[in-house]
Amino acid sequence: MAYSDKVIDHYNNPRNVGQLDKSQSEVGTGLVGAPECGDVMRLQIRVNPETQVIEEAKFKTFGCGSAIASSSLATEWVKGKTVSEAMQIKNTDIVKELALPPVKIHCSVLAEDAIRAAIGDWKKKNGVTETAEATASVAH
Amino acid sequence: MSTVETTVKAPANVKLPIYMDDHATTQMDPRVLGAMMPYFSGKFGNAASRNHSFGWEAEQAVEHAREQVAKLIGATAKEIIFTSGATESNNLAIKGIAEMYRERGNHIITQVTEHKAVLDACKRLEKYGYRVTYLPVKADGLIDIEDLKRAMDDKTILVSIMFANNEIGVIQPIAEIGKLCRERNIIFHTDAVQAVGKIPVDVNAMNIDCLSLTGHKIYGPKGCGALYVRRRNPRVQISAQIDGGGHERGMRSGTLNVPGIVGLGQACEIAGQEMAAEAERLGKLRDKLKSKLESNLDYVHVNGSMEHRLPANLNVSFVYVEGESLLMGINDVAVSSGSACTSASLEPSYVLKALGLGDDVAHSSIRFGLGRFNTEAEVDYVADKVIDVVQKLRELSPLYEMVKEGIDISKIEWQAH
Repeated sequence: MAYSDKVIDHYNNPRNVGQLDKSQSEVGTGLVGAPECGDVMRLQIRVNPETQVIEEAKFKTFGCGSAIASSSLATEWVKGKTVSEAMQIKNTDIVKELALPPVKIHCSVLAEDAIRAAIGDWKKKNGVTETAEATASVAH
Repeated sequence: MSTVETTVKAPANVKLPIYMDDHATTQMDPRVLGAMMPYFSGKFGNAASRNHSFGWEAEQAVEHAREQVAKLIGATAKEIIFTSGATESNNLAIKGIAEMYRERGNHIITQVTEHKAVLDACKRLEKYGYRVTYLPVKADGLIDIEDLKRAMDDKTILVSIMFANNEIGVIQPIAEIGKLCRERNIIFHTDAVQAVGKIPVDVNAMNIDCLSLTGHKIYGPKGCGALYVRRRNPRVQISAQIDGGGHERGMRSGTLNVPGIVGLGQACEIAGQEMAAEAERLGKLRDKLKSKLESNLDYVHVNGSMEHRLPANLNVSFVYVEGESLLMGINDVAVSSGSACTSASLEPSYVLKALGLGDDVAHSSIRFGLGRFNTEAEVDYVADKVIDVVQKLRELSPLYEMVKEGIDISKIEWQAH
């Protein structure tokens, strides 16, 4: 199977690899996938409590090249966005950007899940309710 | 910034890309091609043409090849049936024996790590009312002879167990199986595609009644294989699966692929002459590859028995690194992975799963198949490159990080998607 240049670029030079301290309140951690399925993604965000802007994002991924590229791209995209903006990132956007073939769409789905899981974790830690988030998103 | 891109460079004496996937197919030996060439043009006769020199010439070449193939496995020329390859040989043996011996019984025994050509032929027979026992394998990939004994009953007509496995290279106890089958008057077929020409095979010493082989695994041409069918003590009969002109003693109709057969014969002759030295050389290279990987990386898991194994096979899992991502990092080296991502089905290798490996370990497996044309310099380069890429991908692996931190990842409730 031929990989797109963007997948190869993210695979060769993955962005934002690493770990944030998950015990900190401003850090949200999403761990999705399963080793048996051949993909596990961990995506972490550090959110500014004042502005709700994601100031830092880190990932580590066990998976194929497309899974690595999808999660690397996801960290690039969430950085600088508010939490509610980041929630708008769709797997189809990742598919388009990386030119993923149909057999690799699940990699993009997993990356979207990872973003949502990280934000969900941050919200839970900070007692942000869905209503409050809705208000916040109106404000932007 | 982290990077996966490898910095390991090939030395001048290593030409890229490197082929190390000899269980899939092999490069044709120039000596084989040389023997075949005249039969594509000048010597183009039909081996079944009995009344002119073109036909005689072709027939003579085919009969010479039949001798060459027979000699490699300790058979006689009349016991060799030429086919289009091992898939056809396996189908012909299994379906042809099942049909011929239907009145004697309807039970067939095989095992779970067989090639699909055997498993799917057996599955089709189940639809026609045959009973098939699929023996499990132990963690080392070998069947348990006691399981085989227990599975045999008075309706058992055929046992089909592969000689050596195409993924993990594990060699089954063929002589023991053959002895058991002979004692109970059960026909024994073996798919010996990976074994013939690589390790000694003797149909008489091992009590093999039927054996499948193919040219392209032994540096010969694709599209040409053979089925050995025992003629004496006991005589095995096979019902033809392709009807036509009655070629190959009525067992396989169709004009013979003369150049292919000549190539197969030549490949067998070379293999017979060079097998011992080649096995020793490749065994040493394989062991060097294994020891380099194991001494530079942790969590390297060898899949299948090392003791009962083809000399040129190595199948290892680099745990916590997904196989396809590793293949992507070593893209100038041709090897295979049991990872789901490399298969159309998105299922990891059924052979590795049969060993009782977790799917995660199966997803991390790489199969190296060394061959006649690989050099020590290539093995050194491949080992260095694999080590480099595995280390880099592990820096990216959340699982490796967790394990290093002492977290038991089997205790985590993963959300499968």
